[in-house]
Amino acid sequence: MIHWQVIIPLLIFLIIIFCIGFWANKHVRLSKSFLQEYFLGGREMGGFLLAMTMMATYGSASSFIGGPGVSYNLGLGWVLLAMAQLPAGYFVLMILGKKFAILSRRYEAITLIDFLKKRYESNTVVVLSAISIIVFLFASMTAQWVGGARLIESLTGLSYTVALLIFAVTVLIYVIIGGFRAVALTDAMQGSVMLIGTIILLIGTIIAGGGLDNIMNSLVNENPQMLSPFGSDGSLTPLYVSTFWILIGLGVVGLPQIAVRAMSYKDSKSLHRAILIGTIGIGTIMFGMHVIGVLARPVIPGIEIGDKVMPMLTLEVLPPLLAGIVLAAPMAAIMSTVNALLILVSSTVVKDLYLNFIHPNATDKQIKTRSFWVTTIIGLAVVFFAMKPPEFLIWLNLFAFGGLESAFLWSVVFGLYWKKANKYGAIASMITGLVLYISIDRLSPHIFGMHTVTIPVLVSCIVFVIVSLATHQKSELENI
Amino acid sequence: MQDKRFKIANREALIGIVLVVINFAIWFGFAYGLGSGNPTEYTYVFGFPAWFFYSCFAGTIFMIVLIWLAIKLFFKDIPFDDEEEHL
Repeated sequence: MIHWQVIIPLLIFLIIIFCIGFWANKHVRLSKSFLQEYFLGGREMGGFLLAMTMMATYGSASSFIGGPGVSYNLGLGWVLLAMAQLPAGYFVLMILGKKFAILSRRYEAITLIDFLKKRYESNTVVVLSAISIIVFLFASMTAQWVGGARLIESLTGLSYTVALLIFAVTVLIYVIIGGFRAVALTDAMQGSVMLIGTIILLIGTIIAGGGLDNIMNSLVNENPQMLSPFGSDGSLTPLYVSTFWILIGLGVVGLPQIAVRAMSYKDSKSLHRAILIGTIGIGTIMFGMHVIGVLARPVIPGIEIGDKVMPMLTLEVLPPLLAGIVLAAPMAAIMSTVNALLILVSSTVVKDLYLNFIHPNATDKQIKTRSFWVTTIIGLAVVFFAMKPPEFLIWLNLFAFGGLESAFLWSVVFGLYWKKANKYGAIASMITGLVLYISIDRLSPHIFGMHTVTIPVLVSCIVFVIVSLATHQKSELENI
Repeated sequence: MQDKRFKIANREALIGIVLVVINFAIWFGFAYGLGSGNPTEYTYVFGFPAWFFYSCFAGTIFMIVLIWLAIKLFFKDIPFDDEEEHL
């Protein structure tokens, strides 16, 4: 069945995004410094744009589809856990902050790896970082792509392949021609859609449920544990939930797709505004979407597949046109995550690998054509894999968030704030973080009742400090 | 390398850490302080269980106000480019 009332708002949304891509392409063609424009939008972002692109990149399919589904089953305890994401709004920008802005300009860094390369002066660091970015983010791009196509499939009734192609063509065209500027501008629009969608659906759900008191009563009657912080089955222990602060709050500092945004804004004022707007935005979306999942339970009882809760609830409680707008929100969330990853992987290949190791003296024209080609090829490769996602990509995607955090967090933070941090410490901590993360995940993911990411992050911190101190004299001598 | 701007930047990063500690304390304290009892005996504030209202809703709004204040009072406007280094 094809729902036209839902498709039309989605189509309008896609057309606007297309236009933004073409408009941004003008900047790319006229710009004097292609690399800085294409991969960083010319470092011109203001506060609103920065906040929106941070929020939209961070909020993905899981905030709009997966998250509400889990809240539906576990209750308010899962909303509590989701609120650990609030620091992603302010902490990340405050920690990277002005120091990162100043140093990345001084180093003329275009990518996060550029910064690490100049800071640690080590090719090993560059290669290690580039490999982890390409591997992990390629995998998570594929997963988001699959999610986007499934969503279009379920909303419109089109076949999976057609849905995937529609989604892919839209995203690829505007990212390839418009670069980072197109990504940031569409993020602003997508971010707004995400916010508005959340608020409409929250209000609609409360009304459909006959008010909060009524909904809470039904929940207590069904299972009082739905209202406790420990989850409907008592599985959410305080320690376990607290360690999510590392994964989805503090550790976000180490995510390359987030960090690169922290070097793309214009001035101090933009930063200050972005911190405030971003925190309000992330707070609203994370609170709203996850609470919606819980409130949905009495409104549409008996849904077995968590991922269906949000789309079905929307179609149930809202009139068709509003439903179309609200359902554009998860689409926006997926697109705005995918586009950020695509441009980041492309910048890693072009700037960090090609220009560093293969062809350091490439002319501006060569860089330009190669960037377009690299972005296109990566995009098409993702589409190809998303047609029939291989097991190992799905497997890798599970590590993407925690793996990248374990690899990058300390190299970035110590690189900024600790003079004695050196390349030996960085390399040792990256390897320790990655190896530990993957092995703990394989062997015992809930080790000591904590989330997988906890121990790799702590141990890689200790390793970084010890190795840096132990090799302090050695690296001093090398620098003379 | 003794850049005056770095002192400002370091202080602002420290403020970030202080804010996150406060955030965590409010979140944890209200959730498990008020929410550990029997769910059928919860008191409610504006339709939500009290622990949830204070920890997730009021706590978030309080944090936003606190962040706004911190920026207003302590965050400084500094140039990022090296040529304009003299403050």
